[in-house]
Amino acid sequence: MEGELVQPAPEETPRDANPANVGLELFGYVGIEAVLDQMRIKTMKTGFEFNLMVVGQSGLGKSTMVNTLFKSKVSRKPTGPGYEERIPKTVQLQSITHVIEEKGVKMKLTVTDTPGFGDQINNENCWDPIIKYINEQYEKYLREEILISRKRKIPDTRVHSCVYFVPPTGHWLRPLDLEFMRRLSKIVNMVPVIAKADTLTLEERAEFKKRIQKDLKAHGISVYPQEDFDDNSDDRILNNKIRDKMPFAVVGADKEHQVNGKRILGRKTKWGIIEVENPAHCEFPLLRDLLIRSHLQDLKDITHNVHYESYRMQRLNESNRLALSPINGLLGKDEVESDL
Amino acid sequence: SQIHMPPSSALQDDKEYVGFATLPNQVHRKSVKKGFDFTLMVAGESGLGKSTLVNSLFLTDMYRDRKLLNAEERITQTVEITKHVVDIEEKGVKLRLTIVDTPGFGEAVNNTECWKPVADYIDQQFEQYFRDESGLNRKNIQDNRVHCCLYFISPFGHGLRPLDVEFMRALHQRVNIVPILAKADTLTPSEVERKKSKIREEIERYGIRIYQFPECDSDEDEDFKLQDQALKESIPFAVIGSNMVVEAKGRRVRGRLYPWGIVEVENPAHCDFVKLRTMLVKTHMQDLKDVTRETHYENYRAQCIQSMTRMVVKERNRNKLTRESGTDFPIPAIPAVPDSETEKLIREKDKEVSARAGAWVSCQGLHQSHSRMWEAWLELRAALSPTPACSCAGLWSPRSPWQHRQPAAGPDTFPAWRISTSIPLEELTESSSIHSAKLSSALWPPAATTPPWVSLSQNWASGSFPPQELAAPFEGRVCSVHGANWPISLPLLALTHPEADVVSTLPGPVQD
Repeated sequence: MEGELVQPAPEETPRDANPANVGLELFGYVGIEAVLDQMRIKTMKTGFEFNLMVVGQSGLGKSTMVNTLFKSKVSRKPTGPGYEERIPKTVQLQSITHVIEEKGVKMKLTVTDTPGFGDQINNENCWDPIIKYINEQYEKYLREEILISRKRKIPDTRVHSCVYFVPPTGHWLRPLDLEFMRRLSKIVNMVPVIAKADTLTLEERAEFKKRIQKDLKAHGISVYPQEDFDDNSDDRILNNKIRDKMPFAVVGADKEHQVNGKRILGRKTKWGIIEVENPAHCEFPLLRDLLIRSHLQDLKDITHNVHYESYRMQRLNESNRLALSPINGLLGKDEVESDL
Repeated sequence: SQIHMPPSSALQDDKEYVGFATLPNQVHRKSVKKGFDFTLMVAGESGLGKSTLVNSLFLTDMYRDRKLLNAEERITQTVEITKHVVDIEEKGVKLRLTIVDTPGFGEAVNNTECWKPVADYIDQQFEQYFRDESGLNRKNIQDNRVHCCLYFISPFGHGLRPLDVEFMRALHQRVNIVPILAKADTLTPSEVERKKSKIREEIERYGIRIYQFPECDSDEDEDFKLQDQALKESIPFAVIGSNMVVEAKGRRVRGRLYPWGIVEVENPAHCDFVKLRTMLVKTHMQDLKDVTRETHYENYRAQCIQSMTRMVVKERNRNKLTRESGTDFPIPAIPAVPDSETEKLIREKDKEVSARAGAWVSCQGLHQSHSRMWEAWLELRAALSPTPACSCAGLWSPRSPWQHRQPAAGPDTFPAWRISTSIPLEELTESSSIHSAKLSSALWPPAATTPPWVSLSQNWASGSFPPQELAAPFEGRVCSVHGANWPISLPLLALTHPEADVVSTLPGPVQD
């Protein structure tokens, strides 16, 4: 619904926005609720877009996690013994787009991978290509938005969520993790997860999480769901519950095994089978629910309303113009080009 | 393999029985009394379970007082070297175990050259031992040299990371590296296999020389050979460590408790912990120490001496000392080519040593470097004019560098047999049972025959051997290069001439 968002003019305050007023009483069925159906039909026709970015050192199971999340071979993973995994010298960004459909709802999913992150000996500024990429997507959207005659539905390539994979050392966050999260949480929704969590026992997991939460607070890093954007108290309660459990300790698997007669996604080791979708084993269901089932729209909204807006403000301030008036045809072609 | 002592009655009855078969027992008893020491270094990124593994290996709690740093301290953390010493005793045998840890390794954002403190530490230990060994009082040398380095490879990557390769390449000439695949409970059996073969292949590809297990003798029994073979094929060892004991099927085992099962540390089906412990403690501890002593330390020492010689020659050039019109003493020439028998034996030894320690240390190479150093020394000596009294206790005599005069007194003086470092390395050590220096008996008889690469002094220009004492004017020179009390000059000189005839002055092999 991005195309329908309109900026409210600052002076406009509805005169009857008095919270004491409950509203008019209806003495018959009007049919306002049918709006929901109309929205649903429209959405099904247009489909959703969701852009996900996965960041972390090589070998932490990012591709497997994405495949497990969307239950399909979204990421191309190394298969077979002859495959050579080359660690690239600089961080590269690879995007793969798929259209997946469920019950008539289409979703255009774009997954951006970042091989080479954190793999070198000197990892300074390895986050720069990623920040550049994210800002580029904002820039693209901004250009489309300020056109005089713009498209009905602007293609949205902005990154809605960045999942950061923390290696399960069990001790604390490394300087690299802290640096990266500090910078990225300001421009994108950051969801940290503890990767390959089957290496930690339950007590170790709890301790590790506590330490990470302490670290994040000490450095002022706000991860999704951010406390500042809780709309109302209900949201806050729900999000607090989620924040208590962050970062989620996840395990990814794309192979199925037989457990009690059922086929279950999991990892089979000599001492047992780790069931990926069993909440007692790992927190993958929580991550999936957060990203897809409950907060997907919220992710997109916050990206659009908060992160994109702050980028836009920055750009406009840079060009020393306080108000942007695309309808005003007085902006010469040269001026427009030089500003942006 | 056990040595069986025959009952004493047999000793008396059997007149042909000499009785030196009890020598290994005597050595054994002495060693038990003295105790052993072993220095183990653990290196790798933080969070790979190094401390837990050390605790599991030696069943102690060495890290009880460890405190974890807070956020600010971590940002500015550099690589440190910490040492924990613990004395363990088992069945009357004492072991002084030193664990060297490397906190902060690979932690920072920029990890360029973070292996340098580690390499420097190892070199420092070698240097300290070198100085002690060259010093006057050598009774109680403390051996702090690092005997083995366990390098922890992360199981989360796809094989070796660039940092792993750099570290191992920087250290493989200095210490025995045993690669370990850490936290192996995160991997399924097929993943373990795949990672192991990938790591082995990458080690080959990058030319990293990890610790090689010595070959079994052909007369060892089959079990031992199979065990040895299995050990070689398990590199890198996939280990799991645990500080806790959990209940499993009614037994108490050391392990980790997960919701989906229990991982047992000492179960060979679960991980290679038992293999590692066997290798490190039960079977290969002595070999690790031997290789450190014979190969890595000797490499360091030879390098050190070479660089010192170069420095000395540079000093001489810089000081521009005046040459005397003629030399007061004859300068013998080294023979251009050693005779064919020597050559052959050198080549044989070469092959043996090269197979074990790589081409760096080879008898041929040492021979050549010795010759070079000898030439450099000759130049230096020719350039130095008579100097005032040398304060290196008169032990440095310009006439006969390979054989110093016996100083007046004392049990603390530098014994003559020190010179024997020019003898091939393998023969000088108290060899372990795994590879006995087979040639030693052939090449080291007491004074009866000449060691093959010591040739008699027919080539001495001065004529008879041993060289005669020359006139008094050379008494008491001060070593203008070294100044006061630099005992290093002695082994330096001793090493410079490979042709030194040591037979007549040596009482026996070097004690270690």
